Amino acid sequence: MEIKNAVAGTLESGDIMIQIGPGKGLDINLKSSVEAQFGSQIRSLIRETLSGLGITDASVNAVDKGALDCTIRARVTAAAVRASGVDVWKD
Amino acid sequence: MRNTKLATLEDAIVKSGLKDGMTISFHHHFRGGDKVVNLVVDKLAEMGFKNLHLAASSLSDVHEPLIEHIRNGVISKISTSGLRGALADAISHGLMAEPVIFRSHGGRGSAIANGRLHIDVAFLGASSSDELGNACGYSRSENAKSICGSLGYALPDARYADHVVVITDDLVSYPNVPRSISAADVESVVVVDSVGDSSKISAGAIRDSKNPRDILLAKQAAKVVINSGYFKEGFSIQTGTGGASLAVVKYIRESMIEKGIKASFALGGITAHMVKLHEEGLIGKLIDVQSFDKVAAESLKNDPSHQEVSSVEYASGEHLGSATHALDIVILSALEVDVNFNVNVLVGSDGIIRGAIGGHQDTAADSALSIIVCPLLRGRIPCIVPKVTTLITPGSGVDVVVTEYGIAVNPSRPEIAERLKAAGLNIVDIQSLSDKARSIIGTPAELPFGDKVVGIVMNRDGSVLDRIYNIV
Repeated sequence: MEIKNAVAGTLESGDIMIQIGPGKGLDINLKSSVEAQFGSQIRSLIRETLSGLGITDASVNAVDKGALDCTIRARVTAAAVRASGVDVWKD
Repeated sequence: MRNTKLATLEDAIVKSGLKDGMTISFHHHFRGGDKVVNLVVDKLAEMGFKNLHLAASSLSDVHEPLIEHIRNGVISKISTSGLRGALADAISHGLMAEPVIFRSHGGRGSAIANGRLHIDVAFLGASSSDELGNACGYSRSENAKSICGSLGYALPDARYADHVVVITDDLVSYPNVPRSISAADVESVVVVDSVGDSSKISAGAIRDSKNPRDILLAKQAAKVVINSGYFKEGFSIQTGTGGASLAVVKYIRESMIEKGIKASFALGGITAHMVKLHEEGLIGKLIDVQSFDKVAAESLKNDPSHQEVSSVEYASGEHLGSATHALDIVILSALEVDVNFNVNVLVGSDGIIRGAIGGHQDTAADSALSIIVCPLLRGRIPCIVPKVTTLITPGSGVDVVVTEYGIAVNPSRPEIAERLKAAGLNIVDIQSLSDKARSIIGTPAELPFGDKVVGIVMNRDGSVLDRIYNIV
């Protein structure tokens, strides 16, 4: 699957901004306002969501402002759809 | 004038007899606009003082320059009600060798009055003073530069400190009456360009919320008040500084008009909302330890039934005459409430200090009905938790917790739960709120606390309630 640069989400409180680009393996770089309490939970959720979409090679920059899991899943999915051109909602 | 106490800041400091290791004090009535703390501590640093104990009624973002003074050994100890911003962050990471002592406003007043907190030299900003030191938080002269209203937190310092320096930006002719601080308590008067930026008084903790969740919470809290059994002719009320707890007043007002009920007094930090109700005749008197905005400050200046009180008269647990003992209803906010109704308003869920005790402990303990208003979650941060990060207000004084997922009533107040249930409100077990939060956010990892004590939380009676550890 070819991965282009794509973004989803905002820097608003309660949201997460996901930038996806080409990479080797899944390289996830997270900055989170709740790093101490939830950093590892958020990283594994991003990883799971991407794997579930069949994306195994990508570099991800995520800036989190305390988003809930449902928001994180939605933003990661939207960014992945934009990056891969594969519309998971349509199929 | 045959006598004068006018001096430069440097001369006033020399005359005070201040020595290394002594305690200096300040008030925080200008909140985020305060200029006095930085001005005085810069001067003390320049004069070579070391190891001073800074005892402020509170500190905020604007006091970031204290970080350098702590590093350079000018300030070695701090007592305050709260800390915010970069200074709070640095202290949470272990900046100071000695822990910060946190007291409530009433607790600080008591500690000063009974000598547990002895102040050597008080530096008290005032919006007007005559050259003998009759001073207050507003000015009636045309040269008025600033206004902060009540000087309630400065009054114990003025009365009990060994030496008092009034710092003003408007020197007026004698006698500056009515006044807050009496010339009889003042040794020196220093004139400066500005003691504070009045436009920033309502910055910091106070927000006038348009957030729909805050409005929902406020409406629920108003229903709690109205159906609590305490909403009757002559009741008294106080609100805290959170968006929702301030907005409650708006909804209570509607019900007061509808039912023809009037309050005898409003207490505490007085806001424009409270002034409005007072001017409409819905609240008889305003008892003001701290004016939370310019409207409140102007009202204190102009309205004789808007009374300034010291923090001792406001909320001391040791004086039966303090106003909190006459308070029926208080509406407060919280960073965290735990399943035992304990409240944290000081330390964030990331372990970093980011708030102030304020009058939380005092009003919760003394009022007939204390209501905490807070959302279940702020972003991913839970507000209803199994155990508070830091204990500030013991659950024994907390009666009702209002969230958008239901209202929890302390099991020690079954009669209130019954009244609220009868009114059709959604009464839930506080444990179920904590569980609900966990089901949405998952289980947070343990915070990376170190083993250095950076803060000690005092109860209002002078005992230690909790310790705050450094964040690694």
